[in-house]
Amino acid sequence: MKMLNVSISPHIRTSRTTTKVMLDVIIAMSPAMIFGYIYFGWYALLISVLSVSSCVLTEFVYEKIMKLPVTIGDLSAVVTGLVLAMCLYSTSPWWIPVVGGVFAILVVKMLFGGIGQNFMNPALTARCFLLLSFSRIMTAYPSLTDGVSAATPLSMAAAGQHVSYFEMFFGTHSGSIGETSTIAILIGFAYLLIRRVISPRIPLCVIGSTVAFVALFTVMKGETVTLNYLTVHAMGGGLLAGAVFMATDYTTSPVTKWGRVIYGIAVGLITAVIRCFGGSGEGISFAIITANLLTPIIEKLTYPKPLGTYGKKAETK
Amino acid sequence: MIKKTFRGGVHIKDMKHLSSGSAIKEYKPQTDLVYLMNQHIGAPAVPCVKPGDRVLVGQTIAEPGGFVSAAVISSVSGTVKTVAAHICHNGDNALAITVANDNEYEAVEGFGVERDYTQMTAEEIIAAVKAAGIVGMGGAGFPTHVKLSVKPGIKIDYIICNGAECEPYITCDYRLMLEQADKAVLGMKIVLSIFKDATGIFGIESNKPEGIAKVKEACKDEPRLSVVPLKKKYPQGGERVMITALTKRRINSKMLPADAGCIVLNFSTAIAIAEAVAYNKPLTHRIVTVTGDAVNTPSNFDAPIGTNVAGLVEAAGGFKYEPEKIIFGGPMMGAAVYTLDVPVNKTTSCILLLKKDTAVPEPHECIRCGKCLTVCPEHLMPIKLKNTADANDYAEFEKLNGLECIGCGCCTYICPAKRRLSQSITAAKQFVLAEKKKAAAKK
Ligand code: SF4
Ligand code: SF4
Repeated sequence: MKMLNVSISPHIRTSRTTTKVMLDVIIAMSPAMIFGYIYFGWYALLISVLSVSSCVLTEFVYEKIMKLPVTIGDLSAVVTGLVLAMCLYSTSPWWIPVVGGVFAILVVKMLFGGIGQNFMNPALTARCFLLLSFSRIMTAYPSLTDGVSAATPLSMAAAGQHVSYFEMFFGTHSGSIGETSTIAILIGFAYLLIRRVISPRIPLCVIGSTVAFVALFTVMKGETVTLNYLTVHAMGGGLLAGAVFMATDYTTSPVTKWGRVIYGIAVGLITAVIRCFGGSGEGISFAIITANLLTPIIEKLTYPKPLGTYGKKAETK
Repeated sequence: MIKKTFRGGVHIKDMKHLSSGSAIKEYKPQTDLVYLMNQHIGAPAVPCVKPGDRVLVGQTIAEPGGFVSAAVISSVSGTVKTVAAHICHNGDNALAITVANDNEYEAVEGFGVERDYTQMTAEEIIAAVKAAGIVGMGGAGFPTHVKLSVKPGIKIDYIICNGAECEPYITCDYRLMLEQADKAVLGMKIVLSIFKDATGIFGIESNKPEGIAKVKEACKDEPRLSVVPLKKKYPQGGERVMITALTKRRINSKMLPADAGCIVLNFSTAIAIAEAVAYNKPLTHRIVTVTGDAVNTPSNFDAPIGTNVAGLVEAAGGFKYEPEKIIFGGPMMGAAVYTLDVPVNKTTSCILLLKKDTAVPEPHECIRCGKCLTVCPEHLMPIKLKNTADANDYAEFEKLNGLECIGCGCCTYICPAKRRLSQSITAAKQFVLAEKKKAAAKK
């Protein structure tokens, strides 16, 4: 008989791997992205391709140069590239996704030690970096009728206009490539939940608290809160996509049960503050990367209590 | 059906169909029998026979070596060949008594003679359990008479019979439910006669509906016994997990089940108690499931303790494929062995032969998915514990409740990055406990 394997238990493993998890995330993002390609046109697809290739190549080249094992097979760089493309406008010049991808992977991910080590969401940090560096280009809304800059639902709502529910639900309005279609994002969300890739805690807390705080702040400012106004905040901007695909990034969000709740609420609060009091109408990206920085401390505060140390114990003792 | 359960745990394909249909077959060993002295937790047993002695079925061949220890009983008649070190399933050598089987199965006097347990005092019952060498047969091997000897002042409210059998593949308790449910009920009644105020609960996983039905049928006239179906989820049969699921009480590593008013007995153990007390048959045999995709006819055997495992595999039709891994016990907590030349002992519930070892993938960086926290039945943070364990930061390890780990392996099972979490945590835990013992010994 040949040598038998001897190892410490357990002797079986789930078939799920890091790569499969990332693949699930990619599948979940695809309805929203495909909708963006159809609605905004082929150039949106090109931006995704550039962004993904830039991320993957950067990781590959960095690891080759540093003589590290190549990890692009885990598909996490593809996810980063897609998330970046998701929150760019389809009118961005071609080099925007390229620069963003390099920044996301090189500066935010690899220099901090690669997968699982970075403390801010790479794609979102890159987006904010682009926003700060090239703000004029980054805030030029894509238009559908040539030459005219179409307003996003958020900017319309800020101007007191009514926004069509139908448009918000299907996503036929101006915005970032993968962020406009509520229904497409919800399909992705459902997929992630069914496959148990994420728990619903973070997205629900982010969305719920953003809406609640926006309502609160609006009332505090003495303005009226309408259902349409709140719906726009929930579905008309990048909130949904941010809550489902970006705030739930494994590496940069807490792993504890209650930590996820606190983190979700923190993201919502910061988003609402930026939206109601800040200059930018969006805010979700900044909110997420700010909350990312709080993750270690939130995790520490919510360290789980072991089974036998709380609740009903021996009555006889 | 209302199913009780716990928070955490993993859903694993149970693979029980391989052997669940095979009725228990009696196995007669053809080779020498080897009785290890360390078949239980606690002090090793001390041999009381010497080479050349003739021993009979049911004869005590080793005495308990302390309070937490158990006797060893011969399962055949024959001649003692050696009293020497022998390899055991965890890879170590341990003192063992080897007996050459004369195939006559001549038993000691009084063996198998019925006794009326209702006429026995609690002390007599516990003494009979002790003399029979009974230990927890689910895997841990804690001496049963110690469990039953509850400190004065502690009130026992629940006697739990653990029929979860949550490890994949294993079917020995399931077969016993189908074939000997009334004996398990008798065992529970005997234990309940010691603890007058306690109620008895059979906790059985819902993937064994026939088993549940049989046990329900067997205890339908017993007002103090009930059957509670449990959700099929690993590690439902873990002692602490079981207690929480059934009674909502919680115990930690510093407590015994008795501190929460509970005594947990494995299903096989309950039957062993019935045999020992009511039929005067000490623990000489146990049911062993021989299964896996590398064996021809997965079966359940009633095997004498001390039986050579290679013989059992032969009896199950031999190898279908050359196995890559052989496991003593279940795939989640069992021990991999490198040879079949080891004996069946009191806790050997299963011999699992796997064609392919799937536990070999290289670990990757943690992606912080949080799955290990979700599945941990003790609600720990395995990812953090592993990091402190790897950094040899044992003070932090203890502060983060690393000692509460029950070693169930759920965290390692679920990790998509294939990190060896439970392995590191268990090693650190053992190190800390050993250090504590050393420190205590110095004082
Ligand atoms: S399951 Fe594995 S990858 Fe996920 S958090 Fe735990 S250690 Fe990290
Ligand atoms: S940390 Fe221990 S108790 Fe928790 S899942 Fe891992 S092995 Fe099981």
